[in-house]
Amino acid sequence: MQAFLDLLNNVTPGLLQGTVITLQIAAVSLLLGMAIGLPVGVGRVYGPVWLQRVLGAYVTLFQGTPLLIQLFVVYYGLPDLGLTFGRMEAAFLTLGLNSGAYQAEYLRGALQSVSEGQMTAARAIGMSKWQAIRSIILPQALRLVLPAWSNEVIAMLKNTAVVFVIAVPDLMTQAKNLSSRYFAPIPIYMTVAVFYIILVGAVYLILRQVERRVQIPGLTGDAESAA
Amino acid sequence: MDFFQDLATTFNFILQGLWVTIGVTLVALSVGFVFGVVMAMLRVYGNAFFRALAAAYSVIVRAVPVVVIIFILFFVIARFVNLSPFWAGSLALGFASGAYQSEIFRGAFQSVPPGQMTAARAIGMSRVQAIQSIILPQAVRLALPAWGNEATLVLKDSTLVFVVGVPEILRRAQQVSARTLEPFIAFGLALLLYLALTLLTTQVLQWLERRYRLQM
Repeated sequence: MQAFLDLLNNVTPGLLQGTVITLQIAAVSLLLGMAIGLPVGVGRVYGPVWLQRVLGAYVTLFQGTPLLIQLFVVYYGLPDLGLTFGRMEAAFLTLGLNSGAYQAEYLRGALQSVSEGQMTAARAIGMSKWQAIRSIILPQALRLVLPAWSNEVIAMLKNTAVVFVIAVPDLMTQAKNLSSRYFAPIPIYMTVAVFYIILVGAVYLILRQVERRVQIPGLTGDAESAA
Repeated sequence: MDFFQDLATTFNFILQGLWVTIGVTLVALSVGFVFGVVMAMLRVYGNAFFRALAAAYSVIVRAVPVVVIIFILFFVIARFVNLSPFWAGSLALGFASGAYQSEIFRGAFQSVPPGQMTAARAIGMSRVQAIQSIILPQAVRLALPAWGNEATLVLKDSTLVFVVGVPEILRRAQQVSARTLEPFIAFGLALLLYLALTLLTTQVLQWLERRYRLQM
């Protein structure tokens, strides 16, 4: 027991540093994913047919293949085409593009669940299609998408763990380095698991509060059943 | 011409990882199925102790990245038995998938009307018999759409056993790229191979879903 506590004492600073990087990657990638997912989601519902096809292909490519291989293509493959990224940039870009595909799909579902009559009504009072999307449809869809989006936040936190394969100094990379330094992989990876459980648990509780606050009163089920 | 020949050589080399990927996926899905069904049963029909145990398994395993679980179990397994990376990796992936599958089957068990259990008991079946011959066959069919979704997730996650050295598609792509020095082609081909695999799997699962849909 004392040996374990000593080990914990030795590895915690490194793991905390890794946690900061993990959170940073998750946050930047989520924002990047949102910046991609929002226009892609809207384009897939309201865009011209050719655009819907192109965006659909993007979503299929990123949802139909493993994140790990996407990361390899971006970090090791794209330099062949003259596009070289640093480790962090490659992590942001891959996770962002991956998350963008999922966020676009969630948003598409939400956009389609806003009743069609609202678009007709908005057009009837003289709004353009884009005005109607921006001021009528999207504000509702963004609130409807929140439960699905919360799941994406948690999925993102867990997805960041694969970036250790390109040696981004995240929680997993720290764990890997520390476990070869102290020859104690099992307790160290267990500790890392606890770190992830705390992160995921905290994010889950925060998001549930946010969901409660912004849900459309009387329209959706309670946040609990959605989560 | 030379370019296409090189491309074919690279592809053939990666393609040999396909069977390993399929093997890992099938083993992990089966292990996960057993864990998932048993844990779901304990969660729905067990006593307080087993309910808590099954709930803890589901919540804890689903909060930890799959790759962390693979590392932990890989080292734990290696300490006790001498298993090849293929088996250790597949079992670990299966253990992780079991938590997700337990949620799927829990939902399915709970959506079989409770009156059926009462009726089965009333005609003299034991609880285990009732679960086995009345509830389970329906629950498995009810679970099929969500289970299909999980199957494609496991297929994609199967590439994570790369980290413990299993020669699946990604590992083969990495090996060939070290030789040809053309990582874009190697990893790009691996990506396309996976895309074909997931699209095919989705089609098969949709067919299964239609065929075994339950009218209730």
